[in-house]
Amino acid sequence: MTELPRLADQNAAVVLPEPFVKWFGEKGWSPRAHQIELLAKAQAGQSVLLIAPTGAGKTLAGFLPSLTELAVRPRRKPGQARRGIHTLYISPLKALAVDIERNLGKPVEEIGLPVTIETRTGDTPAHKRQRQKLAPPDILLTTPEQLALLIAAGDARRFFEDLRYVVLDELHSLVTSKRGHLLALGLARLRSFVPGLQTIGLSATVAEPDELRRWLVSQNPPGDMAELITVTGGAKPEISILDSEERVPWAGHSARYATPEIYREIKRHKTTLLFVNTRSQAELLFQELWRVNEDTLPIALHHGSLDVAQRRRVEKAMGDNALRAIVATSTLDLGIDWGDVDLVVHVGAPKGASRLAQRIGRANHRMDEPSKAILIPANRFEVLECRAALDANYLGAQDTPPLVNGGLDVLAQHVLGCACGAPFRADDLYEEVRTAAPYAGLDRPTFDRVIDFVATGGYALKNYERYARIRLNKDGMWRVSNPRVAQQYRLNVGTIIEVPALNVRYVKAGSKGAASHGGRVLGKIEEAFLETLTHGDTFMFAGKVLRFEGIRENECFVSNAPGSDAKVPYYGGGKFPLSTYLAEQVRIMLDDPQRWKKLPEQVADWLRFQSDKSMLPKRDDLLIETFPRGNRHYLVAYPFEGRLAHQTLGMLLTRRLDRAGARPLGFVATDYALAIWSLGDMGAMFKARKPSLGALFDQDMLGDDLEAWLADSWLLKRTFRNCALISGLIEKRHPGQEKSGRQVTVSTDLIYDVLRSHEPDHILLQATRADAATGLLDVSRLADMLSRIQGRIMHKALEQISPLAVPIMLEIGKMPVNGEADETLLMDAATLVEEAMGPGMVDE
Amino acid sequence: MTFSLARASLIAEADLVGIAGARAVCDPRGVLYFPELKLLTVSDLHLEKGSSLARRGTLIPPYDTGATLLRLQAVISDYQPSIIISLGDSFHDGGGAKRMHSSFRERLEALMAGRDWFWVAGNHDPEAPADLPGETVRELAIGSLLFRHEPSKVRVEGEISGHLHPCARIVQQGRSVRRRCFAGDGGRMIMPAFGAYTGSLNVLDRAYAGLFRLESLMAYMLGTDRIFAISGSMLRPG
Repeated sequence: MTELPRLADQNAAVVLPEPFVKWFGEKGWSPRAHQIELLAKAQAGQSVLLIAPTGAGKTLAGFLPSLTELAVRPRRKPGQARRGIHTLYISPLKALAVDIERNLGKPVEEIGLPVTIETRTGDTPAHKRQRQKLAPPDILLTTPEQLALLIAAGDARRFFEDLRYVVLDELHSLVTSKRGHLLALGLARLRSFVPGLQTIGLSATVAEPDELRRWLVSQNPPGDMAELITVTGGAKPEISILDSEERVPWAGHSARYATPEIYREIKRHKTTLLFVNTRSQAELLFQELWRVNEDTLPIALHHGSLDVAQRRRVEKAMGDNALRAIVATSTLDLGIDWGDVDLVVHVGAPKGASRLAQRIGRANHRMDEPSKAILIPANRFEVLECRAALDANYLGAQDTPPLVNGGLDVLAQHVLGCACGAPFRADDLYEEVRTAAPYAGLDRPTFDRVIDFVATGGYALKNYERYARIRLNKDGMWRVSNPRVAQQYRLNVGTIIEVPALNVRYVKAGSKGAASHGGRVLGKIEEAFLETLTHGDTFMFAGKVLRFEGIRENECFVSNAPGSDAKVPYYGGGKFPLSTYLAEQVRIMLDDPQRWKKLPEQVADWLRFQSDKSMLPKRDDLLIETFPRGNRHYLVAYPFEGRLAHQTLGMLLTRRLDRAGARPLGFVATDYALAIWSLGDMGAMFKARKPSLGALFDQDMLGDDLEAWLADSWLLKRTFRNCALISGLIEKRHPGQEKSGRQVTVSTDLIYDVLRSHEPDHILLQATRADAATGLLDVSRLADMLSRIQGRIMHKALEQISPLAVPIMLEIGKMPVNGEADETLLMDAATLVEEAMGPGMVDE
Repeated sequence: MTFSLARASLIAEADLVGIAGARAVCDPRGVLYFPELKLLTVSDLHLEKGSSLARRGTLIPPYDTGATLLRLQAVISDYQPSIIISLGDSFHDGGGAKRMHSSFRERLEALMAGRDWFWVAGNHDPEAPADLPGETVRELAIGSLLFRHEPSKVRVEGEISGHLHPCARIVQQGRSVRRRCFAGDGGRMIMPAFGAYTGSLNVLDRAYAGLFRLESLMAYMLGTDRIFAISGSMLRPG
């Protein structure tokens, strides 16, 4: 064994076993400083957070403590009991676990370590899982959901008794979601099984490393933190904005104008990764590239709705360097390392720094070489956003979202899981749960209500005592009331709620799928989109133009429809709002004409026109324009606070304008602006101060108005559905019967209505409101904005539309205002009937 | 024509829908009222569905029976009918009436007092509800009308039924709206489900095959405070 010199800030000596030293030597490498530092801290018994850029050898660093320990572990003697799992590795993606198995297997083999490594994911066959229970590998690579399942098993305590380390990969992305809450609770459970357990978190740069450091260790004592190792540097990526010779469009997200220029770049490079923000953009870009692909370069498509087999084929081709370009969405965001990518093209604005950094990190997966990336703004506001991002040296900035308190629905799921594993005492579980950072502030009455919810639903009307899922026995222990409860729990574990989606299956044109069972499945499409289609409609999916033939049960039948007039799939998910930091940068740039010089001439002209015809907002001001158009009056506001906050603002302002008698008809929100149109002359109303703009934008709208609007909003119903599913109020799956997404949706809406009118303070409604405020509504951001703009609202009453207003005005009619005007549509349909058939017709 | 006083001013001639010569109001709250007969009919109450699911481990809020009865109380107090027909599946399962909380039972009995109340047998509740007044029947003929739970495959003019929980869907301006509905073709009518936890099934689903004369099918979709009469040709499946 070789002992490395003591590190200055470390009391313990680092032990790197001989085979490792030899292996590094053979490779001509030496261990990097952070790898040794991490090893030293781990060997000193500490948990560690490693923050490092892509390509810094994070994976090896994370596993070095485990591997070195396993290397010197005495061999098991014949007859000695099998050893349990030594190291648990948890990643957000199944694919990442598989990838790590490959990447880790290589050094293990080369060093000649007696270490077994296996994955356990949703795809692992039952017989293999069974075998893993009996003969566990030394290192198990898995996901948060699988950990929850393992913990809920009766033998959990024994299964984990030899556990030494938990390695958490891509921690920055895990902790911000409900999956992170579930995982934090799982870790707390593991720590109670194995008090000396150490955690190693691997993360990209984050704004608040201390949050992650607390997350990694028990919060008893409160505020305790893991050790921190930060690797800075890495070569600065070369990022440019495409300076197109074409006209940059006013609005839209397709970036179609740049297709020939993108294609030229693909030809110039070995392998290009093209990232887009939504799956529909991916479909469109893929189509457009093939339209100009005269050299028939191998260009592939990869997104989360595609069939798994199809995705695996693309991933393999990437690994084999058989592709010249891949159009992808966030499914490829995380640290998966495939192929020699030498260019990253980002279509659409980056929206957030961490995401952009991650994506650009895909090119040249070596830390010391600069990555090369080109940003393609899809419209003029995105040009501003891209420019602001680069000027602010944006990649150095960090804008990961702040962590939120742990969800009560997740806690309910965990409590039931614990009961499925073993009987528990409420006092003990409460203390354990509070060691998890997201639940450190949980008060006892709330915890007790969660237990009550798990047991009997937690209703004021005590009707369900005899149907309790868990019961308090005389010995003070809570136990599951019957084995069926545990069986149901296992089917429903996890916090990922899928949007109801249907399989898309090929059939022959014209067949409604009645006779033939059709060809292969291309992937899944959200039901909400398919509902708007009628037989014969065409749309793009899986890189093809398809004709909608019909729906039968949970399958959507399509036929091939080569042609160009496709409707593009509309996906509810996958859109990211503009980050706060970036929004501010855009406002600063708008306020400084000197900086427009760096913009493409056509965009700078656009801003100059705006100054002439109207004005540009100062960096901390809110610009409001009003103007008439057609027989309507328009209000356009430019808060730059992201689509979610604008949507919430739009809902609230229309309510207020309605009360003020402006007769608003609708609104539309983008990342940059908000437009409201009405029958009344809003400009005149503001001038007469009836109401004044100050009163209209007063912060008090976040009180009663928000409450009143929320109560009936489809947003809250959707959030409630997620909470109901995660908390186990209703099941995603029931033994022996797969519920279709639709049935679940209908029943949770009805449950929501009933619960809200009879027990508005129920714990699940409390959880729902908390979720909606942080997630879909972005209320806190709106609140910050409303307080910032007090006394700083600039009103410009115009005779006609301003240049800056053009992009959002083009969005009107393109974006549905979901669920708020159903009755108007019904009225239209009913009126059509009356017009066509005369009023008496419907009666007899 | 004799309208009940409480509701008379609210019923306009144009609101009436014809079924085999009888005329009825399709109320947006999901009940059907025949002013000439002072007869109110309501279908698929599915009382105690919550506790029925709770028995199997799904602990949804136990307020559905209360909510359904409150809504029923409101329509009864508006129309003041002499006859009430509950068109089957009044309880979600055979034990529902027994499980019902005493306060709900009292509320229900108060609604029934002084009226002719018929429980039509449904597939969920083939037997008479335990310890409740009212007459349990398999089906009921009144004038040209025939009230039964399941629509029969053999066409009967004047049949009023439930069971299928109809809803209808339209697509306008690229957006889809789905609502519960009364489905009728002038000869027969299928009523929407009234219960707080009842789901619904599109009138274009296979389950309705052969029941309607498609050329005269109308869906009376339930709005917040009015009915939207939509011609069958505008409806979408799914």
